[in-house]
Amino acid sequence: MASGKKRGKQTVVFDNPPVLTAWSAVVGPKEGDGPWGKDFDFIIDDYMFGEKTWEKAETKMLRETIKLTLSKRFFTPEDVELLLAGDLLNQTVSSNFAARELQIPYLGLYGACSTMAESLVTGSMLMDGGFFERVVAASCSHHYASYRQYRFPTEQGVQSTPSTQWTATAAGAILLEAGGTGPRVTSATIGKVIDMGQTDMADMGCAMAPAAADTIKTHFDDLGRSTDYYDLVVTGDLAKIGMAAAEQLFIRDGLVPKPNYSDCGVLLYDETQGVDAGGSGCGCCAAMLCGPLLKKIVNGDISKLLLVATGALMSPTTSFQGESIPAIAHAVAIEM
Amino acid sequence: MNVPNPDKLKKIEIQEYDNLLQQIKPKPAIFTNCVWAFTVGGLICMLAQIIQNYLLSTGMSKIDASSITSVTMIFLGALFTGIGIYDELGKKAGAGTIVPITGFANAIVASAMEFKREGYVFGVGARLFSVAGPTLVFGFAVAVLIGLIKVFFTS
Repeated sequence: MASGKKRGKQTVVFDNPPVLTAWSAVVGPKEGDGPWGKDFDFIIDDYMFGEKTWEKAETKMLRETIKLTLSKRFFTPEDVELLLAGDLLNQTVSSNFAARELQIPYLGLYGACSTMAESLVTGSMLMDGGFFERVVAASCSHHYASYRQYRFPTEQGVQSTPSTQWTATAAGAILLEAGGTGPRVTSATIGKVIDMGQTDMADMGCAMAPAAADTIKTHFDDLGRSTDYYDLVVTGDLAKIGMAAAEQLFIRDGLVPKPNYSDCGVLLYDETQGVDAGGSGCGCCAAMLCGPLLKKIVNGDISKLLLVATGALMSPTTSFQGESIPAIAHAVAIEM
Repeated sequence: MNVPNPDKLKKIEIQEYDNLLQQIKPKPAIFTNCVWAFTVGGLICMLAQIIQNYLLSTGMSKIDASSITSVTMIFLGALFTGIGIYDELGKKAGAGTIVPITGFANAIVASAMEFKREGYVFGVGARLFSVAGPTLVFGFAVAVLIGLIKVFFTS
């Protein structure tokens, strides 16, 4: 039975677009030193964040980001009806443990680095469906917690390749409310898992680029929008090489050319910061969205943003077993 | 009618994408990496040689001097891992820091530091050789193989 909210193959349009009433981004030292340092709410100066393990530090970062977001509207965790969050660690422990302390009803999500968009899409649909009126969407990643899980012990001396990406130490949280003023989530496209046979774990960008191109093309096709509808289309964490691949795919598909296309993985760091191809991780696009991008929307620099968060859905186990890297991308349209 | 096989189409799509990536992907800086690896690896070995020459000059036997040199280098590798320098050096020098014995020390100490948080049994004990393990396994395997060859072909 058609609800009238779904358009085309994969896109939903909201009758009552949820409002982004508050948001915040907390980042690590390296991200704070980057070009957007002043746009983040808080920069932690120590990767341990006063905790004993990387995992605890990541949990604390997410928890504090959510609390900070709520405090901007003078809410406490009890005022929120649902928390949607995810991260990169096995069993999404950072989010689970943050939810343990916050005591907000919680649905844990996993979309690798696409989790910020996944949480926004899910939250917006649940709100437009009339189930909830106040939802928090959040995600986070921690460089060293991810590094030890996906690659090597953190003190191991390993040379990276030019396509390697630096997992961001960052968290972003957004409070969605049924009413109020602010930017709104107007539509969203749920991505398919796309696998173009890439196997290089040191090159996630190229594995994810086809998923981003597919979701973006579907979004425009489903809504019948022209490719210059958005002031900015920004992918999650393709980084330099993945972004170059995506741009070639866009040209093939007749999609957004520069300058209104960019990538959070390219934006988050300076070239001089030794991050090879750029940033990655759930926190990468979460922090870019909750920091500089939403600020630009509120300031009126841009009024229509399409966030296309991308995720590589493999694990070290599947990669060692010779599986290729499946990828996903979800698109969220945020308009003022 | 000739219906295109979806698997075949997918294969063509993947091939096309691989061709596209061939044009985009930057080549690793092999020359620079080699210079770094040669220089840093060479300096590590030179340091070891200095230590060994010094020990020999004190009248120590060659076997003793070699052992003490190895132990000293392992200690230095561990120390520089502990104070967070070896991994920074490794990012630049690559094989130059991995191949010498100090690299082996780095692999073990880095694992010990990383997995200490999971306790001494399931952390350090279980995962101490998570990086260095393959070297040991195949090192032992090849040693046994060569030993067997020696036994069979020298008698």
